Amino acid sequence: MAAKTLYDKLWDDHVVYSEPDGSTLIYIDRHLIHEVTSPQAFEGLRLAGRKPWRVTANLATADHNVPTAEREHGLSDPISRLQVETLDRNCADFGITEFGMNDDRQGIVHVIGPEQGATLPGTTIVCGDSHTSTHGAFGALAFGIGTSEVEHVLATQCLVQKKAKNMLVKVEGQLGQGVTAKDIVLAVIGRIGTAGGTGYTIEFAGSAIRSLSMEGRMTVCNMAIEAGARAGLVAVDEVTIAYLKDRPYAPKGNLWDKAVAAWRQLRSDEGAVFDKVVEIDAAAINPQVTWGTSPELVLPIDTAIPNPERETDPVKRESMKRALQYMDLKPGTAITDIRVDKIFIGSCTNARIEDLRAAAEVVRGHKLASNIKQALVVPGSGLVKRQAEQEGLDRIFREAGFEWRDPGCSMCLAMNADRLEPGERCASTSNRNFEGRQGYGGRTHLVSPAMAAAAGIYGHFVDIRQLPSPASEPKKAPAKKAPAKTAAASRTKSAAAVKTSKPAPTTRNQSARKRKSEQ
Amino acid sequence: MKAFRRFASRVAPLDRANIDTDAIIPKQFLKSIRRSGFGPYLFDEWRYLDRGEPDMDCSYRPLNPDFVLNQPCYFRARILLTRENFGCGSSREHAPWALADYGFRVIIAPSFADIFYNNCFKNGILPIVLDAEIVDRLFEQAGPGVDLTVDLETQTIATHYGDKIHFEIDPSRKYRLLNGLDDIGLTLQHADKIRAYEASRRQTAPWLFPEYA
Repeated sequence: MAAKTLYDKLWDDHVVYSEPDGSTLIYIDRHLIHEVTSPQAFEGLRLAGRKPWRVTANLATADHNVPTAEREHGLSDPISRLQVETLDRNCADFGITEFGMNDDRQGIVHVIGPEQGATLPGTTIVCGDSHTSTHGAFGALAFGIGTSEVEHVLATQCLVQKKAKNMLVKVEGQLGQGVTAKDIVLAVIGRIGTAGGTGYTIEFAGSAIRSLSMEGRMTVCNMAIEAGARAGLVAVDEVTIAYLKDRPYAPKGNLWDKAVAAWRQLRSDEGAVFDKVVEIDAAAINPQVTWGTSPELVLPIDTAIPNPERETDPVKRESMKRALQYMDLKPGTAITDIRVDKIFIGSCTNARIEDLRAAAEVVRGHKLASNIKQALVVPGSGLVKRQAEQEGLDRIFREAGFEWRDPGCSMCLAMNADRLEPGERCASTSNRNFEGRQGYGGRTHLVSPAMAAAAGIYGHFVDIRQLPSPASEPKKAPAKKAPAKTAAASRTKSAAAVKTSKPAPTTRNQSARKRKSEQ
Repeated sequence: MKAFRRFASRVAPLDRANIDTDAIIPKQFLKSIRRSGFGPYLFDEWRYLDRGEPDMDCSYRPLNPDFVLNQPCYFRARILLTRENFGCGSSREHAPWALADYGFRVIIAPSFADIFYNNCFKNGILPIVLDAEIVDRLFEQAGPGVDLTVDLETQTIATHYGDKIHFEIDPSRKYRLLNGLDDIGLTLQHADKIRAYEASRRQTAPWLFPEYA
């Protein structure tokens, strides 16, 4: 039998029926539902007099619209409230399990699926949300769908699809200190572009991917869609299996053993053929920062804003110019010279416990720089929030001046009250830097949780590799002072008094400008 | 769903690459639980000079005179010509709903984002992929008084200048669009196959069916 890719196996396992032209009815094992893309689907079911095909395959929660503060007062925005109440009513009417807004298990749909063990290897998982690709980290075929397809899955437990092509993104080697899953995926998008994965399912492989935790793998697969691929995948290994053991919805006892035996087959066969292969050296990846209005406009922290005039493709040149204008940035500016107004640590990309730990590690013992107007930490779920509080992370953030919020999508897409005002600039751990995404006229820079946290402390982007690690001696600190105009410099003294000096990182060297846009 | 056979209209050139679904319909309008009424908010941040909110009466809002759809010669354009990777980003079907509600029936681009492309067909919009060079030429030709005629049956676009441009489309998508067929109804014709699949899957992966365990 011909060698198969992981995607081939998942696809073949779910074919119900194929048309001669390749249109295929595939079976959907798990359907996740949220309030924004489902009301019209339920309405469609009702109008047609249809019922869900298999109620237990569905799991719902409200995440996009929910407030992240003063939740006990309910939703103050009447339009959002109607949408959330509509989800509650639809789930109640059709008997679908829903984690309501005040349930501990409520959270961002792509955080709670894995957390509950509802996301399992070898399954097909869909949701009316493009970041459904997240679940591919478990060796599951998971992708976002529109509302018509939400209705189709509800009514038939199937979707009509055409098989995508296979792409392998191989990240080999060891990541540098301070370089995270977020930096890997931003570097991949920088390399292949936001349409580079269109028409493909991307399998992420290589030693750097295998060395990531499940949370890191979820971050990588989450942003496969930002590279144009509807689905991202990582093969199952012991890390996957250990993560799922004893999760509420994961199989138990004898069924667990059977499941694990099957899951161990979920990897691409030796010699399987991919339509496209991209190889990336993990050691060469630096912490990444986006500078434009598309995730592919991304650079390593130690570089400078590129000059559009040097771009030969006219369409790209225009896009770059427009992005610079919208972002209010000039060619040649060092990334580390970009000052920010707000910090957002959250989203389905980076709101799991490890993300919060990484950010807290940077924040510990420091205060926000005086130019930071607001810094939000929005845990991905009620359970993540509780865990973080047990570890005392909330205290670290609060003492530094961050706001500690309730779970939801929040400022990733600003459907609730959490948003940027026109002209505000944000260091964000989310996934999209589109115009207006985080609020009308808002300017987004995508970074890892540690990089966002550091930008909050310094008031501008810094290379976290140049921050002393907590274990190192605080006196070896800065080669250069933080900008004198910020209160950061003066606060350094008080911070130093508690033996956690706040060093100004050595950045802005001349060579940064020369190295710009090398990647 | 509306059937699509042959359609002629003015073509509006929207010369940007990577137009995302947040630009097509900003997030504040996603709070609606309806499927219609999104047309006035299509491209809201580019089309108007103020900040749009749901339930605003758009007839009183200040228009951005530089935006292509606000130019009188394109008021009645129902074919949109644009650049690569149109519809990237979110899976929100509100994007094709807004385009359809505005009146667009055809979108021509060198490439589309996958989810958006798929969503178009569910809403009677025909997304047409053409080579970048042909798209360049259509951009050069677009202007006041320039119409295109799109024929799905023959898979051709007839231009104002007498050219005939062929385009590709999946046979099954073409069939569904030509006949305005209900996807769910078609799938339910295979209900027996779905049940048979479930029965066999219960044997091979019983942990996925705890309700039957």
